Formats: sequence, structure tokens, C-alpha cells
Amino acid sequence: MNNSLVEYIMHLADNSLIHGHRLSEWCGHGPILEVDIALSNIALDNIGAARSLYEYAAEIEGNGKTEDTYPYFRDVRQFKNSLLLELPNGNFADTIAKCLLFDTYQFYFYTALKNSTDNRLAAIAEKSLKEVTYHLRFSSEWVVRLGDGTDESKQKMQNAIAEHWEYAGELFAPSNIELEMIEQGIAPNLDALKDVWQQKIAETIEEATLSFPLSNEKGWFQSGGKKGIHTEYLGFILADLQYMQKTYPNSEW
Amino acid sequence: MVSKEKIYSYLENVSDPEVPVLSILDLGIVRDVIINEVNETVEILITPTYSGCPAMQMIAMNVKIEMLAQGVKNVSVTEILSPAWTTDWMTENGKRKLNEYGIAPPQNKSNEYISIEDLIVPCPICQSKNTSVISEFGSTACKSLYRCNDCLEPFDYFKCH
Repeated sequence: MNNSLVEYIMHLADNSLIHGHRLSEWCGHGPILEVDIALSNIALDNIGAARSLYEYAAEIEGNGKTEDTYPYFRDVRQFKNSLLLELPNGNFADTIAKCLLFDTYQFYFYTALKNSTDNRLAAIAEKSLKEVTYHLRFSSEWVVRLGDGTDESKQKMQNAIAEHWEYAGELFAPSNIELEMIEQGIAPNLDALKDVWQQKIAETIEEATLSFPLSNEKGWFQSGGKKGIHTEYLGFILADLQYMQKTYPNSEW
Repeated sequence: MVSKEKIYSYLENVSDPEVPVLSILDLGIVRDVIINEVNETVEILITPTYSGCPAMQMIAMNVKIEMLAQGVKNVSVTEILSPAWTTDWMTENGKRKLNEYGIAPPQNKSNEYISIEDLIVPCPICQSKNTSVISEFGSTACKSLYRCNDCLEPFDYFKCH
């Protein structure tokens, strides 16, 4: 059994699950009905991708593990998602900023992962890329609409990008597991993705008449999620996500 | 042992739970049927439309129920992800049925990109081409929401994917 591969899959799955879970919190709370439906759809795509990944990890591990084992029966330190994705939804601009940074990342990431030497990951990437293309269009359009909108929406969008920016760097800082996977041709080279990612974000920010976050020049970023060192927010997400299985282990519908 | 053709004819009876006017064959999600004469088993390969499609489990269950009702035993349903589903696999008959049901069918092939501004989706109710998009995301992952500027009715568009 390939432990590193399972660890790597878990990181990808946790990213999708936590992002999907956060977006699902918007269900019933969207600023307008169409946005509510869109965010719920995007949440569903992410949770669907997480399921495919957990299922793959469970098959490799065997031993009675299933796709449900990982989201429901692990604790905070075992989750390997990037910190960006566990941040609270904040106001609508905050969520849109987080979506722009992550959707752009996923777009280039899945494009590259399609060429993975691991056929199963390549298949999941091929499937997810088609969906992420919609997500990216949605978040980019909203950044432009809010940035190039009223004084208030512009200010909120600018603040949101600045606040989330310092969490985005972690996406491109490879963990030891990722380095091993890159070496084996399973994972895409994150360095190569960073330039196209930044260029695409810069274009969107410019179109939105916003300015690039100042912290970009310093290059410092928050990190820890990939190693299981999380913000206090993840514990609350898991409390919500896991309480049923923790109270009634292995209960089924 | 039951023939592959027979299995396909039974699958015609299984509809998409979210768009009941379409059979799963019209939708193009049945990728293959593998009949093992030795073990007398039937394996049906299906692919999800979207990763998080909540109808998938129900479809797999309905396939098994249909097969049992037709007297086919030892049926398994396997989900495959690659090649990824595309609306190009939807049958012409399926597109016609969609339109009659009030859902505009996909207008282009998945490999020809048309921006949302340039895409013309005719209204399935009055056939007018004067329509506009309300939201790219609709009541299910596979649809977006449109409005006809002539008859003023909102309608679903089964988006090209």
C-alpha cells in the first residue's frame, strides 16, 4: 500500500470537502436566489469531487474503510486542507474572494492533474475541470461586478482580497508528501502553476478596477493546514459536520 | 443468458429522476453493458453527469430494480469517471423530448466554445430566439436558468457540458 499516495489524496479531498462545506452554509442565506442556487451547486460539485477522492483512498487502504471514514471519523489534526478554505464565509465579498483564489488555483491544478501518471486522479481531474470552469466564471464575474460597482461594494471587495491573499500562498508551498508526488509525476509541479495563477488573478483584479494586495510584495503567507496545524475554525466545522456520526457511530439513513 | 440488446431495451425504462422525460440512455450515461456468460452476471457501467449529482445512487438502485423486475439476476452497477460525461452523448431523440417537456436542449457541441453572451437558446415554449440568461446555475447542476423576452416565461436550459 502506498501511504504517501493516500496522504496526498486526503489533502486534495479535504480541500474540496471543506470548501464545499463552507459554501453549503450559504444555502438559504444567499443575497439573491440565483446566487444562493449557484453557491449550493458549487458546494455540491466540490463535495462530489471529495467523495470520488475519499472513495479512492478507501480502496487503496482497504481494511473496511469507506468514503465516509475520512470525513466523519478523523479529528482536526488529521485534516490536511489549506487554511484558506476553512476561513468563515464572512460577507459575500469575502466568500467571492476566497472562491476566486481557489477556483483559479483549481482550474490550473486540474488542468495539470489530467496528465498525472495516476490514472484514477487523472480521471477525477478530467471530470472536475469541466465543473471548475463554471465556478471560475462565476467568481470572476462577481469580483468584477463588486469591484467595479458602488463605492461600498468596491471597498468590501478590495478588503476581502487583501484579507484572503495572505492565505493563498499556502496552496503553492508543497508539503513533503507533495514533493514526493511531484517527483513521481503523480502531482503537478506547483511552482509552474503559480505564475499562470497569479497572472490570471491579476487580470481579473485589473478588470474589476481593484488594486493588487500590498502583502503580495512581501510574499509572506499563513500556512499550517497541509501539516494539520489549523485555525480554530476547523474544529467548529467538524463539530457541525460530524456530530451525527459521533453521537450515533455508523448510523445510516 | 439474456442478450446485451435485451438489457439495453430494459434500460430504456429507467428514467432520470430529476428529468423524468429522459431515459438514462437518452442522457448518455450508460457507457457499457458487460455480460459474463460463465458466471451469469450482468455489469452495467454508468458515468455521473456531474461529480455531486445526487441522482446517481437513485439511478443505480432503479437500474437494479428494473433488472429484477425483468427477471435478470446478479446485476451490478459500476460507476466510471473517465471519459467524463458530455452532453454530446445525449441522443437526438432525448433532445427532442427535452424540448417538448419545456427544457431547452444543449445548443452546441462541448468542444465548440460559445461565450454566454453569444449563445442563442431558443425558448422551448414559443420558439423565440430572443431570450436571456438569468443564472448559469439552475435547479440542478446540469441546467441554467433563462427567460424568454417575447413570451416572458422563464425556462431551464440543459447546458452544454
